[in-house]
Amino acid sequence: MTSPARSSSTLRSWWNAIRQEPKAAVGAAILLGFVAVALFGPLLASDPKALVGVPLQPPSGTHWLGTNGQGQDVFAQLLVGTGASLAVGFGVGIVVVLLGALIGVTAGYFGGKVDAVLSMLFNVFLVIPGLPLAIVIAAYLPSGPLTLALVLVVTGWAWNARVIRAQTLSQRKRDFVAAAVVAGESHFRIITREILPTMTSLLLAQVIGSTVYAIGAQVGLEFLGLGDVSAVTWGTILYWAQNDSALLTGAWWTFAPAGLAVALVGFALTLLNSGFDEVTNPRLQQERAWTAHLRRRGVAVERSTPVVRES
Amino acid sequence: MRYLLGRLGFYLIAAWIAVTMNFFLPRLMPGDPASALFARFRGRLGPEAMDALRETFGLTDAPLLSQYVTYLKHVLQGDLGISVAYFPSPVTDVIASGLVWTIFLAGSAVLISFTIGTLLGVASAWWRRSWLDSWLPPILVFLGAFPYFWLAMVVLYLLGFVRGWFPLGHAYGDDLTPGFTWIFVSDVIRHAALPIGTVVLCTLGGWLLSMRNTMISVLGSDYVNLARAKGLPAGRVIFRYAARNALLPNVTGFGMALGFVLGGSLLTEIVFSYPGQGYLFVQAVRNQDYPLMQGVFLIITLSVLAANWLVDMLYLWLDPRTRSAES
Repeated sequence: MTSPARSSSTLRSWWNAIRQEPKAAVGAAILLGFVAVALFGPLLASDPKALVGVPLQPPSGTHWLGTNGQGQDVFAQLLVGTGASLAVGFGVGIVVVLLGALIGVTAGYFGGKVDAVLSMLFNVFLVIPGLPLAIVIAAYLPSGPLTLALVLVVTGWAWNARVIRAQTLSQRKRDFVAAAVVAGESHFRIITREILPTMTSLLLAQVIGSTVYAIGAQVGLEFLGLGDVSAVTWGTILYWAQNDSALLTGAWWTFAPAGLAVALVGFALTLLNSGFDEVTNPRLQQERAWTAHLRRRGVAVERSTPVVRES
Repeated sequence: MRYLLGRLGFYLIAAWIAVTMNFFLPRLMPGDPASALFARFRGRLGPEAMDALRETFGLTDAPLLSQYVTYLKHVLQGDLGISVAYFPSPVTDVIASGLVWTIFLAGSAVLISFTIGTLLGVASAWWRRSWLDSWLPPILVFLGAFPYFWLAMVVLYLLGFVRGWFPLGHAYGDDLTPGFTWIFVSDVIRHAALPIGTVVLCTLGGWLLSMRNTMISVLGSDYVNLARAKGLPAGRVIFRYAARNALLPNVTGFGMALGFVLGGSLLTEIVFSYPGQGYLFVQAVRNQDYPLMQGVFLIITLSVLAANWLVDMLYLWLDPRTRSAES
């Protein structure tokens, strides 16, 4: 079981998930739409910082989503903000998983004192409330996307490390790892070639989960004013909406679209993940096969143990 | 007992790490916030007072290690320094004014959400594939996809601004004096309804799903089947036999949820202009009131750690297996 074959089979099962599961297909389509907006939005939109009209105008033919408290076009801001928000989200999602995997695998593989110290470390980071910690760190650093990414990584890696450690502990006892140890393979090679490849689907699922977290937390921090408030992102759109008292003046169009965009991306990622789970998780597959089997025979679906296996 | 002491040791180490981060963060960062801080005090204080202040913060020219020791000593004595924005009040006084509201808000939100979510989880597992079970979890998961503070803004806009059913902010009306009168208490509840309600709405799904899933596996076990076969009333089977055991994972989640809601209360309090810890915290960040900011961070962290330890004790009491494992 070498890693290239393994990861290409993971990619293939993702592709299968998108083809077979309507959930995954819808998720992928929405996501693709947002990536397209992120890439081409800035070309289509007018200058998001230009003062185009009277502040707080409701949506109209010229300004599809109205204007904000400064008299800037909300629709243009939404299009341009997509890129920065998604880039930080996906970037942090990937880095968080890599860091979590590195620490989790090291703790689980070496065990003993290494495990004790690393486990203690991620347990402490799990128990210290994340948002306040992120704010304290961000308050001392120059504001910008790099600072945001840094604090999100610092507050986000621990959960992934814990999951990967538990998974490594169970893999560590398997025969193929013992065989690799006996064969005299180096620790590095065993970790990267034997253990990590068995977790590719878990790692990919973690990337999706961490990206959802990163986008939400990033928007939250920017909303509190801890991002670069002069940049145009979904979070700063919401920050300015709150700052210009959009709520008290009834200007719903300044805050509704950005939040919907965040929710839609999160929703698409969750759909993709659960659709993928449904195709690859043997337990769910069995249950589905069993339900279909019962339905075909005209038996009411009750609480029962699946015993058929259709491959 | 050894288990509890072990957990206590862990929380003490976590607290020490939090305090240490609190000390080193401002000193490692570029831009020297310490001198920025003192620049803000200059002109308001005489030179002797300034020196005394440096002493309090441990920001002297002494080596880092002795500064650190001084800092630890002050924290242990409950001295967190003086707030810049609320000068000359000590940080502890400022925090005390907000702490009550945050504990009220986060505490009742977590309790309400835990109770309702767990009960709904029980119901949804018992009447599996009913309309409740097929509609409620997906709706709550869908709501969970929205950023919490945004959902709160929308609810505030619809119910507060458009409908006018609820006040737009603050903990109680300006025209009232605090006290245990019916008018005051009902006004506090009216002001807290939306903040608490939105937190409950967003956290309900987690409780429901985890309770439902554990409950389903417990309902399939032999002793529950036996209880049913004996013809015990459904209510007894559900609560005395199944739910009691299915509750454990939710109790474990309780401590984490409290931390999550206490941390997240920053966003709640900003959206609803609620005068708690979170509001103070964000104001402190915007005003570069570093002593206050660090004090609030420390208090939030310590309360979360304490809450987690209490949950550990509760768990020990609920699950006999953890007790027998020791002896």
